[in-house]
Amino acid sequence: MILPVDTAIRREAFDWRKYRSLIIEGAIVLALILLLIFVVPQFLVSIGQAFRVNLLGRYLSLAIVALGIDLIWGYTGILSLGHGLFFALGGYALAMYLQLQPSGQLPDFFALYGVTELPAFWQPFSSLPFTIFAAIVIPTIVAAVLGYLVFRNRIRGVYFSILTQAALIVFFNFFNGQQKLINGTNGLKTDTTTIFGQTVGEPAVQWSFYMLTVVLLAVAYGVCRWLTSGRLGRLLVAIRDDEPRVRFTGYDPTAFKVLVFAASAGLAGVAGALYTVQSGIITPKSMDIAFSIEMVIWVAVGGRASLVGAIIGTLIVNFAKSFLSESFPEVWLFFQGALFLIVVTVLPGGLVGWLRSQGLDYARTLLRGKQRISTYPSLEEDPDVEYERQDLTNRKSDG
Amino acid sequence: MLTGLLDGLFSGISIGSVLLLAALGLAIVFGLMGVINMAHGELMMLGAYTTFVVQNVFKSFGSPWFDLYIFFALIAAFVVTALFGLILERGVIRYLYGRPLETLLATWGVSLILQQFVRSVNWVLVTGIVLFCLLFFGALQILSRRANFDRIRNWAIAILLPLSSAIAGMTGIFLGQTYKLAMTRPWFGAQNVDVTAPKWLRGGLPIGNFQLSYARIFIIVLTIACLVAVYLFLNRSAWGLRIRSVTQNRTMSACLGIPTQKVDALTFAIGSGLAGIAGCAVSLIGSVGPNTGQNYIVDTFMVVVVGGVGKLVGSIVAALVIGTTNYIVGSGVLSNLFEPIKPLADFFTFFATTSMAKVMVFALIIVFLQIKPAGLFPQKGRTVDA
Repeated sequence: MILPVDTAIRREAFDWRKYRSLIIEGAIVLALILLLIFVVPQFLVSIGQAFRVNLLGRYLSLAIVALGIDLIWGYTGILSLGHGLFFALGGYALAMYLQLQPSGQLPDFFALYGVTELPAFWQPFSSLPFTIFAAIVIPTIVAAVLGYLVFRNRIRGVYFSILTQAALIVFFNFFNGQQKLINGTNGLKTDTTTIFGQTVGEPAVQWSFYMLTVVLLAVAYGVCRWLTSGRLGRLLVAIRDDEPRVRFTGYDPTAFKVLVFAASAGLAGVAGALYTVQSGIITPKSMDIAFSIEMVIWVAVGGRASLVGAIIGTLIVNFAKSFLSESFPEVWLFFQGALFLIVVTVLPGGLVGWLRSQGLDYARTLLRGKQRISTYPSLEEDPDVEYERQDLTNRKSDG
Repeated sequence: MLTGLLDGLFSGISIGSVLLLAALGLAIVFGLMGVINMAHGELMMLGAYTTFVVQNVFKSFGSPWFDLYIFFALIAAFVVTALFGLILERGVIRYLYGRPLETLLATWGVSLILQQFVRSVNWVLVTGIVLFCLLFFGALQILSRRANFDRIRNWAIAILLPLSSAIAGMTGIFLGQTYKLAMTRPWFGAQNVDVTAPKWLRGGLPIGNFQLSYARIFIIVLTIACLVAVYLFLNRSAWGLRIRSVTQNRTMSACLGIPTQKVDALTFAIGSGLAGIAGCAVSLIGSVGPNTGQNYIVDTFMVVVVGGVGKLVGSIVAALVIGTTNYIVGSGVLSNLFEPIKPLADFFTFFATTSMAKVMVFALIIVFLQIKPAGLFPQKGRTVDA
């Protein structure tokens, strides 16, 4: 069979222009990875703030949760107040593996409660592949089951948020109360345990965890980018904006919501595992109500429906937190409360949203000294028209 | 065994009545505006602290008055929290209608601020806040009389905000340095404070080998009184009629000339006031701290979810059922009941602590929502979103 000439040629020539923006984005991400691994830590060490490298590593792993939350809240409009649950499940999975090292011996704390035999559900965690699998899959499954049971009944909005919060409390109670199974309030320590024969708290091991975090954050970004672009991404936004209409057009929102909720829980699991090894301990406190809502504010500050915004927001808020609670511990809660209020009322799009909608115009005005003209000069520069527009925006912001 | 169940029933009702009292305001507000108030628990805490203050004031009045302080405390708690709720609604929430998830986050911010506020409130802070409000809002009020206010508004805020906060801050620092500890000592501090119940509320009524404390009975009576009051208000008064009509159909009510903004403000104030009363009641059965509110929020939310919106009876049944189930499962009555059947008894023993009972109750709620997703008594209608 002879192919028509033009298709044959088209197959030959790879259309670079189509992928140009994607390639540029990939290059930027790669550059940022290299920057975070080779430049930033060196810089922090050189100004005598070496411990900030560890903090940065932790916050980068928190950024992975923020990506997940952005996926469900920013894109799909599902507000989960229970992501600490998935975070903790991932963290506990890895901590259990570490507790069982080097050779599957009984962790020390069991002796305190007179337990002499390893509980059955600990057994599989002596293998690393299973643990890694479990840290991602267990949160995913929990989220999928919870999501399916709730979304199936078209429970959404505030109801869903409250239910996730209740689920969080339930798991908190479970982990907090079961001392003989999982060491209760004290949690599982990881910094004195060993991995591949080396102590987890060692700087060299921590350094490799830091690099792993950076790489996994990039991978998570890629996954989210892939999920939110294309048809699936548009469908998610459609569910956010008008779920009944999506249903009327023949799609089943439940399946997509469960999928995206589960994916975001999986991301939270990864983040939990990475955070645990870098902070040295996982306790039920990571299933605190406040911590899970804090995760939402990271995304809100950075900008909903913007993956970069989620990462930036996480870093900004957490560094602000560590700075403020070091120097003025009482102020932090006031500040955080004010942050919630301001972000919601004044800055609903977050930093990135503001940059997109107004910041660019501001910058342009500053650079050129006058505003970009989109219609006719006579219209744009007429003071009356300008006044009308101002008045209109004022009224709009008044609600 | 029967006494055990009866005991469980009494305790369940008394736990349930606290839950109901706490959830009542939340349910009304949620039914009307679709807004979940995460600061509801903190409003309860505010009510409890008001009780503490009133108690201290009445302590100085001596014995006959001190026995009656609780009634004044109830009124004071209602007024204080209702006023605060009014400010909250006018200042924040009314800008967020139609965006329930954002409202939830904003009220969470308010709850954080309130928690820290009771920890660190002192004369310096109060003077600073009052001064700031006077300067900032006063100046805005004066400026708003100018004809070109809309045009200069953003500039005015940009100038006034740092200016008035600087003046307030400086005054605060000055006061703190001149009067030292008298001004800077926190009123309550981070520790829990204790409210001593009046003499006639201590002790309890013996029923069999089980004692029902008078404080609990008082709370049950208080709950019933509040329920009756709310029922009468909603069903017999003109404003109640308006509230019900806005709950059913906001747009249509607005078209018929009902001032929905006023209705919202009023309802939010009443809901907050009920939280204050609940806080007053809670202070009778335990000590009160900045985190008191946090202990109640999830349970009260569950009452709203299970009860459904728009009907009081839903909240009542939900609160009593959740309270009773919680107690019966948590106290291990069931594991005694199923003694003969070993695996079942083991199963219930596993859940026989207060925290594990919550695990089971949550599982039951999820199962329940599979059958009735909109709660016990859902509102009937033909909206798409139902």
